[in-house]
Amino acid sequence: MLAFVNFYLLPGLVLGAIYALSATGLSLIYGVMRFAHFAHGDLLALGAYCAFAASTSLGISVWASIPFAAAATIPAALVADALFYAPLRRSLPAVLLISSFGVALMLRALIYFFFGPTPVTFPRPIVPPLVFEGVRIQARHIWIILGAALCAFMLHLILSRTRAGRAMRAMSDDPDLARISGVATAAVIRLTWIIAAVLVAVAGVFLGLDTQLQPVMGFNVLLASFAAAILGGIGRPWGAAFGGVILGLAEECSTYPLVDGAPLLQPTYKSAVAFVVLIATLLLRPQGLFRGMI
Amino acid sequence: MEQALLYAATLGTLACIYAVLTLGLNLQWGLTGLMNFGGLGFVAVGAYTAALLTAAPSATHVGGFGVPWWLAWPAAGLAAALLALPVGAIALRLRADYLAIATIGIAEIVRLVARNEDWLTGGPLGVTAIPRPFESLGTPTGQVAFLLLVGAVLAVLFAAAQATANSPFGRALRAVRDDEEAAKAAGKNPARLRLHAFLLGAGFMGLGGAMMTAFFKFIGPDALEPVTVTFLVWVMLIAGGSGNNWGAVAGAFAVWVVWAATDWLAAQLPGEAATRAAYIRLFLIGLALQAILLARPQGLIGERIGSPQR
Repeated sequence: MLAFVNFYLLPGLVLGAIYALSATGLSLIYGVMRFAHFAHGDLLALGAYCAFAASTSLGISVWASIPFAAAATIPAALVADALFYAPLRRSLPAVLLISSFGVALMLRALIYFFFGPTPVTFPRPIVPPLVFEGVRIQARHIWIILGAALCAFMLHLILSRTRAGRAMRAMSDDPDLARISGVATAAVIRLTWIIAAVLVAVAGVFLGLDTQLQPVMGFNVLLASFAAAILGGIGRPWGAAFGGVILGLAEECSTYPLVDGAPLLQPTYKSAVAFVVLIATLLLRPQGLFRGMI
Repeated sequence: MEQALLYAATLGTLACIYAVLTLGLNLQWGLTGLMNFGGLGFVAVGAYTAALLTAAPSATHVGGFGVPWWLAWPAAGLAAALLALPVGAIALRLRADYLAIATIGIAEIVRLVARNEDWLTGGPLGVTAIPRPFESLGTPTGQVAFLLLVGAVLAVLFAAAQATANSPFGRALRAVRDDEEAAKAAGKNPARLRLHAFLLGAGFMGLGGAMMTAFFKFIGPDALEPVTVTFLVWVMLIAGGSGNNWGAVAGAFAVWVVWAATDWLAAQLPGEAATRAAYIRLFLIGLALQAILLARPQGLIGERIGSPQR
């Protein structure tokens, strides 16, 4: 039982927190702009690498480098939107999707150019895990889970308590009605990008902290983020956060040796879990757990 | 002289193979509006199918069936279409973007299987010693003969794609793409039409993968990468003109020439700079895609609707 908590449940929660942050932004973008943002993963990687550059060159802690990550992802998202997405907004959503696919490549090329293909790790001291009654957890994992929870709480406050948040939800429910009701759609779109970029920057730093940084790290979480967002009901930020946690847990628990000491799924196939969840959702409940837009 | 001829044959062969992949994507996206971002998965399944059917027996993977290429290549197309069947049947019923996400997943699964199922694929070692048709003719005659074969396959597939586009089936595909409700009202079954187009395009990609392995005489999990397969083919189709088979082929040739020329240019730079130049090239290709989407969304040769295409 303790082994399950230490090696499957806690890592699953950490990974789930990271997926939740990434998927929430993806779902917000989908809700407000109605397109699947394929550059989201590479935006995540950009944030992680900029935090890495800040923390190594300035000698600050990883946590203090999170603002630097956001300082890179926010302008990147806004510039990509202004230059490439905005002029295509009136065409088919599919064209926006292709455009974001191109942006993903451009971001990845920049990361390769400046940081090279070799994986790097955040400078972090080697500390023994904290032990509570046999439950062992790394301090950084506690901070990741708490940090993600804090982000979720702040997002909840923004969406439910502020005028801007209400405008975002209105646009997500019915863009035309929102527009004729006087919602400043351009401003709402900018705000959506900023929020999503901050969330994905935090996710990038957390992922880098949990494992390591490599230029394709974002592409590797893209499928999981989409699966989480669709599982939670696309366009529903809370659903995406929930879906992210479920997916993280599912991925880590998929290798649990339930029968005769053999893992349920070979660890090398872990990343296939996202695809299975995605297909199962599309097959059984395409609107997602929380009734997203289909 | 011989060196130049070999280089030209290599360029030409790869251009023709890319044209086949682009025609496949044109059937899916251009004609039917299906977003397939997992081209790599279908190309790889075709590649491995052909490789295992034709390669010499080996202790590291199944194989040694000694199947001739003219049987193995169609089998490769069929295998890719079989892979497309279940996912298409599930994802095509829903929003268009769900297919794009699901196809990324397929590519990932195929990559995982290729890397991990050593008994089947040879794992990271891959499959080597894949025979190439006409190699017994020696250098460079064999290479030129292979180029002619690939060119002939391209011609046949192009004719098939043209016939599809101009057939009632092709018109129904366009109808589904442009106005699903109207197509339904006219008695068409959009789900089935989409699935057929998806399978057909996947078959083209599988065949392209088979020709690629025969050309390189090797396939491994890292031999194909998303950038040079999936993404480059998208750029080719968008640049050439989606919806038009002539555009697809023209785009494939034009983008391939640019890609190969910049590759050659970058290789002239010393060591570290050459690697970095490759990244700049990747960035510029992404930027070029954006420029085309914004400035000339119809591509080099746009789709012509209303009269039969020629």
